[in-house]
Amino acid sequence: MGLKEKLHNFKVKNKDKKWLPAFSAIHTFLYLPNETTHNGTHIKAADDLKRTMNTVIMAMIPCLIFGMFNAGYQHNLQVGEAQAVAGSFFSSEFWTMANFMIGFWKILPLVIVSYGVGLGIEFIFAIIKGHEVEEGYLVTGMLVPLIVPVDIPLWMLAVAVVFGVVIGKEVFGGTGMNILNPALTIRAFLFFAYPTWMSGDKVWVEGAVERTNEILAGANLDAISGETILGSLAQGKEAGYGVMDMFLGFIPGSVGETSTLLILLGGLFLIFAKIGSWRIMLSSALGAIVMGLIFNQVVDSGWITESSKFYGLMSTTWWHHLLIGGFAFGTVFMATDPVTASQTNKGKWIYGFLIGFISILIRVFNPAYPEGVMLAILLMNVFAPTIDHYVVQGNVKQRMKRLKAKTA
Amino acid sequence: MGLLSKKDAALIKDPLADNNPITIQVLGICSALAITAELEAAIVMSISVLFVLGIGNVVISLMRNIIPSKIRIIVQLIVVAALVIIVDQVLKAFAYELSKTLSVFVGLIITNCIIMGRFEAFALGNGPWRSFLDGIGNSLGYGVILIIVAFFRELLGAGTLLGFKVLGDPIEKTGVYAFGYENNGFMLLAPMALIVVGIIIWVQRSRNEALIED
Repeated sequence: MGLKEKLHNFKVKNKDKKWLPAFSAIHTFLYLPNETTHNGTHIKAADDLKRTMNTVIMAMIPCLIFGMFNAGYQHNLQVGEAQAVAGSFFSSEFWTMANFMIGFWKILPLVIVSYGVGLGIEFIFAIIKGHEVEEGYLVTGMLVPLIVPVDIPLWMLAVAVVFGVVIGKEVFGGTGMNILNPALTIRAFLFFAYPTWMSGDKVWVEGAVERTNEILAGANLDAISGETILGSLAQGKEAGYGVMDMFLGFIPGSVGETSTLLILLGGLFLIFAKIGSWRIMLSSALGAIVMGLIFNQVVDSGWITESSKFYGLMSTTWWHHLLIGGFAFGTVFMATDPVTASQTNKGKWIYGFLIGFISILIRVFNPAYPEGVMLAILLMNVFAPTIDHYVVQGNVKQRMKRLKAKTA
Repeated sequence: MGLLSKKDAALIKDPLADNNPITIQVLGICSALAITAELEAAIVMSISVLFVLGIGNVVISLMRNIIPSKIRIIVQLIVVAALVIIVDQVLKAFAYELSKTLSVFVGLIITNCIIMGRFEAFALGNGPWRSFLDGIGNSLGYGVILIIVAFFRELLGAGTLLGFKVLGDPIEKTGVYAFGYENNGFMLLAPMALIVVGIIIWVQRSRNEALIED
């Protein structure tokens, strides 16, 4: 008797137990269940929820690994143990074991806390409600460590995950019912609850906060810091990084969001696997480009001067906006979340376009919230059902007209 | 309660739990959002509403047979406005700092949905004693929720209760990493008040299935 049958027999034997959903979750994760639906029409397809989730996770793995190297690199660069890599992807200064280990030991706990707390809550809810555990958290759990600063305290992350999963998802009825993207709800919670840990020039470099505290306590050390490009621009300073660095990702930022190249590869993989919607990705980029061009035009026409507090971000070349901050990551991995995005094809174009458009708008006009893409996606999540409603109604009206013309 | 008949006692008890103006009728949410960031403000607000609604209900109830129904809203507004001005002046005289925190919200008791709601729904059709009890009951129900929400918001948002430091040290943020306490700024923002009220509703309804509506 193989392991699969043993597990199945175990399940049958304990089918009245309260904790069974917890066991079935692990069981279905490892094997396909023996039983199938008995009545009603059903479609047999290979791409079930589990596989969809795993594909998205696979698309994010390169970003995670790059994030580990980058966390260590940013730290070593600041303390002077690594040389700046100027725009070459395979630089030996970047892909070192020392860099990786610093990032690994910093980011692994983030992943563990995110999955541990999130899945724990999913299990508790499954047991209380007596339904199967939903796979929804698999992707969220991987997204969360990628969109927080590397130095975030673990307990804050845990509190935020509890909030995001319970208030953002479970109260609406669990996976597939949520209005807001749970990972972004978690990030938004952190952003508003603990702003000192989510912005500024310390949190993006591993160990910078700790070192500041040591200096305050009297230690004789040099302070280290690393401002994100958006942060510098919002304060009207020079970004200080080359375009190639922005594209390849050798810049300070949240763990997995820096490398536009790897995010693009992940996005292509998702499009190829037919899981991410290319309409949303493309239209978001279009929206951002349109807004960026408008702002560039405003600057070119001389409507605002360098003394304006919006000048720094407004004068940023339009296509740089696509490379800096979390824009690429948000568009590829968050905006395309099939649950919270628009469902209709026409709706996806509108939804994506507005995400891009509003992201850049928030970025420029509210320097306190440089990460406009988070707020833009959450806002459009709320409007996605409305967009769908009007697209569907428009279609219905068109057909009614056609029917009338035919019968008349 | 030996003092009150069973029917009268229900007037006080029901709004405290199964017919709470905030969590069940979802009235008076605006002020629950606005002034629950500090416990002290919430307590003063509750007392003010207790005063206005208790006396207002009695006044309206006494006048219920002589108010022409066409202008009853105006009459009600005048009664509330008069009472609110008394509260406002008393606060300004004896608790000036607090009245600045509460600012416009004392004045806005006039538009508090609970007050007009009780005038319309109860005081216009019942005697003064019962109206008085109803007013007290409803404002207590309102106050209880306000105080619970404010308790959590002030405790977790600022680490204080009634201004005394309870948790952590909000000013000296240095030196605590990973295991230290840190104030949750989100608690002080209005959305969190809605979420806390929502959680109270959730707890209340899961304890009493009869309250769940489809």
